Formats: sequence, structure tokens, C-alpha cells
Amino acid sequence: MFITKYIKDVYKGVRSLLVGMKRTLYYFTHHKEIITQQYPDNRDTLVLPERFKGEVVMPHNENNEHRCTGCQACELACPNGTIKVIFKNELTPEGKKKKAIDKLVYHLELCTMCNLCVEACPSDAIKMAQTFEHSVFDRNELTKILNNPGSKIMEGVE
Amino acid sequence: MFEEVGTTTEGDIIVNVGPQHPATHGVLHLVITLNGETIKKVEPHLGYIHRSIEKMCESLSYRQFIYVTSRMDYLSSHINNHACALCVEKGLQVEVPPRAQVIRVLMDELTRIASHELWWGAMAMDLGAFTPFFHAFRERESINDIMEETCGARLTMNYMVPGGVMQDLHPNFQKKVKEFMQLYKRKIHEYDELVTGNVIFQNRMKNVGYLSAEDAVSYGCSGPTARGSGVNCDIRKIYPYEIYDKLEFDEVLETGGDSFARYMVRIREMQQSIRIIEQLIDNIPEGDFQAKTKAVLKLPKGEFYTRVETARGELGVYIVSEGGTTPYRIKFRSPGFSNLSVLDHIARGSKLGDLVAMMGTLDLVIPDIDR
Repeated sequence: MFITKYIKDVYKGVRSLLVGMKRTLYYFTHHKEIITQQYPDNRDTLVLPERFKGEVVMPHNENNEHRCTGCQACELACPNGTIKVIFKNELTPEGKKKKAIDKLVYHLELCTMCNLCVEACPSDAIKMAQTFEHSVFDRNELTKILNNPGSKIMEGVE
Repeated sequence: MFEEVGTTTEGDIIVNVGPQHPATHGVLHLVITLNGETIKKVEPHLGYIHRSIEKMCESLSYRQFIYVTSRMDYLSSHINNHACALCVEKGLQVEVPPRAQVIRVLMDELTRIASHELWWGAMAMDLGAFTPFFHAFRERESINDIMEETCGARLTMNYMVPGGVMQDLHPNFQKKVKEFMQLYKRKIHEYDELVTGNVIFQNRMKNVGYLSAEDAVSYGCSGPTARGSGVNCDIRKIYPYEIYDKLEFDEVLETGGDSFARYMVRIREMQQSIRIIEQLIDNIPEGDFQAKTKAVLKLPKGEFYTRVETARGELGVYIVSEGGTTPYRIKFRSPGFSNLSVLDHIARGSKLGDLVAMMGTLDLVIPDIDR
């Protein structure tokens, strides 16, 4: 009795091992079914989906104009204090003083990519970029100013 | 706590597993009292990844606090966000549009499959089989790609907002989900070939870590852990939310109570999730994906509680509001904490090598336990 049970166990063990090995061998001979991406080598061809949340950027047009009115909706919507809007006073052509944004400071090191600021923005001034390689040598480089130097607000954006 | 460790009888050995042990999948610290190789006591020590999420939520508004909950049970982040959104909607008395409800359920079930896939791979890896890990990640990867396209993130989504979902579905969503289901059906037999039918695996799982139905209830277990012991506890069935009462699916129950029963519950639950997705993927109603809500959300004074079924069990969200823009108090009833508390009970008397199998089938996610 003991011998038959022993032989049965050995047979069952070897069989289940071979069934598993068959699957491994299948992938060994079918290279096309392997989906591994060679990441640092395929950087040039890597395309991320357009909704991917990498970092917050402010798009500018060719005349160096942005759409940010400085309403601070993004600053209020952010849970971590990632965005800070700094104002300056600007003179309009008529000679009146007008409030405009000086800097829109963005702390990438605090950002959790929750997309709440982009949702809150009433004038579509900011959006999410698809960059994801954020490592730098100095952490001060992570604090970014989103508007370009010398940029102005686009005409017609209120 | 450490005085207790000193009061062991002669001949006992104290073994510390974790907080940096690969089999604990995170920073769980187990102090195990051994007699030879037999476990006398298992004492989990928590607090290594405590981020005080509940306290943080008290200073965030009702729109902002949802993103933090993705970091609790990071494998079912959609379902965590869903529970919070449901609780806020309950307070606001907002009706969610039917399209948003269907999108939410679809995302929940995809998340459940992704979570169980990762559990399957990681558990097999704990037991010494490394190949299944890659097979599980292949299927999980296609779900992650679907999520990335629609929600913009792969793990911490922040996609459910009070009143609906943040963005509409991506145009490719239906096509990609159908492709995934075909891939899944073509590959599901590999799971049985590689792991379920393996004799070594079965011998390590069967009659190990027995949990009776009474103990499962008295320890407050939920999810697949309790269903493996035959306890009806699927929140989707007994307290249906969203559109789960209109869907056809079975509550997966096993009566074995051992590790293998818990394993089979999760494997069969993935197929039920596929069944739910199949019913919904061609029937997504047109319409708004988000109900109109005010810019600043204010919950009326009172207490609100909702619960949902995550991949690990019952998640409860309890909000106490004083009428302001931020909650006065938030409490999360996480499934992992109760499921971990049963570990000492089921591990006593078994061998040290079986502890990893038991922990694997409890499906512990440590940030969910600590919060």
C-alpha cells in the first residue's frame, strides 16, 4: 500500500511539474508573445497617453502669451500648497494700474498629480504634461516658475 | 510591548520577521514566538507606515481629501476613492448620472481584477514560484494601460470625484477593455497549469491556516478572507450601491476555510468581475459623466457612513460634519486591519514555513492597515 501511494505521489508531482515547465518552454520558443519593453533604449519611440499626469505646465503661444488671469483657483484647489501665485502691478496703455501675475511658482516636489488644479482652472491656463523623468541633482531645481520670463496674458482672456 | 516578549518560557525562540522582510510586502513587523519550528504566538507590530491620513483629511476640503485615500489601499485606489465620493454624495444628496455610475462600476471591477492579479503573482512568489509573478503582471499591465489612458495615472488615480468621475472615458476604452478580456480568457488556463494544479502548491495550501466561520465573524474579517470560510459578506450583494443590484453576478463562497479556499475565492472572483464587465461594456449609457455640484462643497451637520467592497473586503467611510467646508472627523474602517488580526489565531500550532502561505492568502496591504 505504501509503495503504491509513494509511486502515485511521485507520478503526480512530476506530472504537475512538467505541466508548469511546458508553459515556461512555450514562452521560451514564442518570442512574439513577450511584452517586455526595453525602457531606457526605447525613449525615442515611447508615447504616453495624452491624459498622463506627469507635471503641471503652462502652455504659451508663439507671441509668448499665456492664458493665466491670476484668479488663484488652482492655488485654492491644491491640497498640498504646490502652487503659489505672485502678483505684480502692470500699467495698461490707458495709464491705469492693473493686477497681473508676476510668477506662478510650482513645487514639483510637493505635487501628487491629482489633477485638481487643472480641473479648477476656469481659463484652461495650465495642463498636465507627459514628462515623467523628474530626477535632478539639486532639489531647488524642482521649484519651477511656470510662466516664461516676459510673458503676457493673451488678449481676450478674462 | 517588548516586556511581553521577555516573558517566554524556557526553550522558546523569538523570531522577528520584518519590518524589512520581502515576504511581509511592506513594513509589517511580526514578533513570532517559536517552540522548535511550531508557532506559539504571532504578534504584529504596526506603525511603521502611519501617515495619519484620517487627521490629514480633517484639514482638506471635500474635493481634496479624496486623493489621499488612494494612498491607503493602493491596489484598489479606485474603490477607496469611490467610497469617499459616495459618502460625500450621501451628505450632499446628489444624484449621480447613470453614465458615471456605470463608469465607476467598470473601473471598480477592473481594479479588483488588477488587485487579485498582483496578489496571485506575489503570493506564488512568496511560496517560491517566481514565474507566475510575470504572468500576473502581463495581464495587470494591460489593465494599467487602460487606466493610464482614461484616468492619467497607473496607481494613485484620483478619478472619482463627488458627483461623478473627473473625466469622460477615453474613446479607446471599450476597444481596449474588450482586448483585455480576450487576452484574459486566452490566458486564464495558465494560472491553473502553473499554480492551482501544482501538487507542491496544493500540499502547502490545503489544511493550512484554518479559519472557521464563527471566528471569521468574531474577528471582523471581510472580503475573500471571510468568504473562504463560507460567510456571506459581499457588500455588493447585501447592501448594493450604485448599479450592483441590477447586475448578474454570484457571490463567491467556499466552505473550506483553509488557505486554499481563500485562494480559490479570489481566483473565482476575477471571473465574476469579468462577467460584470461583459454585461456593462456594451451598455454604457450616454449623458453627463458628472453631476453639477457647487464649487465649494459643504456637507450639512450630521454623520454619514457608507461602505463598499474593495478587493480585500469591506471599506467603511465615516464622516462627521459640523456644516463647514472640511470634515470634523473622518474614520476609515479598513479591511486589512481586521484581516491581519486573525493571523495570530490561524497561525498558532502550525509551522513557521506555513506562515508565509497564510499571510499571502490574507492579502495584506500594509499602508491600508496603518493608514
